[in-house]
Amino acid sequence: MLLIDCPYCGPRDEIEFRYGGEAHIARPLAPDTLDDHAWSEFLFMRDNPKGVTAERWVHVHGCRRWFNVLRCTVSHRIMAVYRAGESRPAIEDRAP
Amino acid sequence: MRHSIFSLARNALSHHERWPRQWRSPSPKPAYDVVIIGAGGHGLATAYYLAKEHGISNVAVLEKGWLGGGNTGRNTTIVRSNYLWDESAAIYEKSLKLWEGLSRDLDYNVMLSQRGVLNLAHNLHDIREGRRRVYANQLCGIDAEWLSPAEVKAFCPILNTSPAIRYPVLGSTLQRRAGVARHDAVAWGYARAADARGVDVIENCEVTGFRIEQGRVMGVETTKGFIGARAVGCVAAGHSSVLAQMAGFRLPIQSHPLQALVSEPIKPILDCVVMSAAVHVYVSQSDKGELVIGAGIDAYNSYAQRGSFHVIESLMGALIELFPMFSRLKMMRSWGGIVDVCPDASPIIGATPVEGLYFNCGWGTGGFKAIPGSGWAFAYNLAKGEPHALNAPFSLDRFRTGALIDEHGAAAVSH
Repeated sequence: MLLIDCPYCGPRDEIEFRYGGEAHIARPLAPDTLDDHAWSEFLFMRDNPKGVTAERWVHVHGCRRWFNVLRCTVSHRIMAVYRAGESRPAIEDRAP
Repeated sequence: MRHSIFSLARNALSHHERWPRQWRSPSPKPAYDVVIIGAGGHGLATAYYLAKEHGISNVAVLEKGWLGGGNTGRNTTIVRSNYLWDESAAIYEKSLKLWEGLSRDLDYNVMLSQRGVLNLAHNLHDIREGRRRVYANQLCGIDAEWLSPAEVKAFCPILNTSPAIRYPVLGSTLQRRAGVARHDAVAWGYARAADARGVDVIENCEVTGFRIEQGRVMGVETTKGFIGARAVGCVAAGHSSVLAQMAGFRLPIQSHPLQALVSEPIKPILDCVVMSAAVHVYVSQSDKGELVIGAGIDAYNSYAQRGSFHVIESLMGALIELFPMFSRLKMMRSWGGIVDVCPDASPIIGATPVEGLYFNCGWGTGGFKAIPGSGWAFAYNLAKGEPHALNAPFSLDRFRTGALIDEHGAAAVSH
């Protein structure tokens, strides 16, 4: 089980959280101008990287707030936790 | 050498020390007609049907690890075709029909055991969805029945059908032709049969990149050097996104761990497969006597082939509610595979933005049952350059057109 450091509540067990998938996918500003390909990219296509990924979690059994996590999908190590709206922090160690 | 009672007897006399190797370990040739990435069930089946159905035997199957070491060797071996939508029912039923003749076709015992699969209903919605799926299956010519709680109890007497439990069993669908098969034997059987038809199965050969010229794939870069190919088929399950990234496009796939576990072996007690989407567990008993148990994916993306313990705790809770008699069984080992989950829980089989490069992926948590049908259809697609009617609906392009095949929940178990 992951130990996730909620930026509002501190470290808690994974079972208090729900997963929200890839972070930083911004809703298109002018949706009516999008063609099918662009909609497909926004709705369905994902990076799904093997390595460090930025992902959303919500502390559903705690403060109920959304935040972002940088985590390695091979080692499951959590490298950074930051609030929604903040940009992805640069991390030195990108290896698993 | 053909397998028979005589070959078995002859080799018994020599203490089984003189069985020939089941397949060669060739070095890669400079180029092939078709290169398939991934020597799991789907990849090997594709190679076999390319050789058998289309006469294309100048084929290499590249595997970064060992044959059948991915999800083919890590699943709960359930085989069924009771999917809701016509497109899914067609390809899974094709697969089940191939399963039914597979041991004879491959001259290899895949130990298909059509012991019947129950999909339990625990609430009014489950009942409606279950009955709807039964009718849909029957319209597609697939055997399906609806059982009342009393009939469920008669079919599987050790199941707890008491109305007093938290999620009582209110009925079940039953597919009698469904069951289980031997996971390793499927990979080995296809490998042996493909090898006999001239296919090169190359293990310990990881693909590190694609050579793409003017939008067309020319071959693959591997840890054993460049291998040319007129067509490349990627059948890499959880690592499909990684390969797609090498080729310069993205897939609508998320890779998740899916865990399963087995108990200590016990005497025969459970003679069917029981699945429940609502309390979420599925269980059968292997020929060795172990209970083979699985459930849902871990929530987060991962390539680690392991998951969190609370997922196992949850599926054990579901198991004990349905089968109180299993409460003191010891669990022997657990494992995880990386499954490639699509937004609509249906696979992607066919062309990609790169000419000559085809993907067969997105089978998610339910790929094992589809191995023969998937390989059969994908081989057609690779040989003809255009999809068969069976796999045409499962194009990557459906995520642009919106013609999704939404099997989430409809597929009889939550994917």
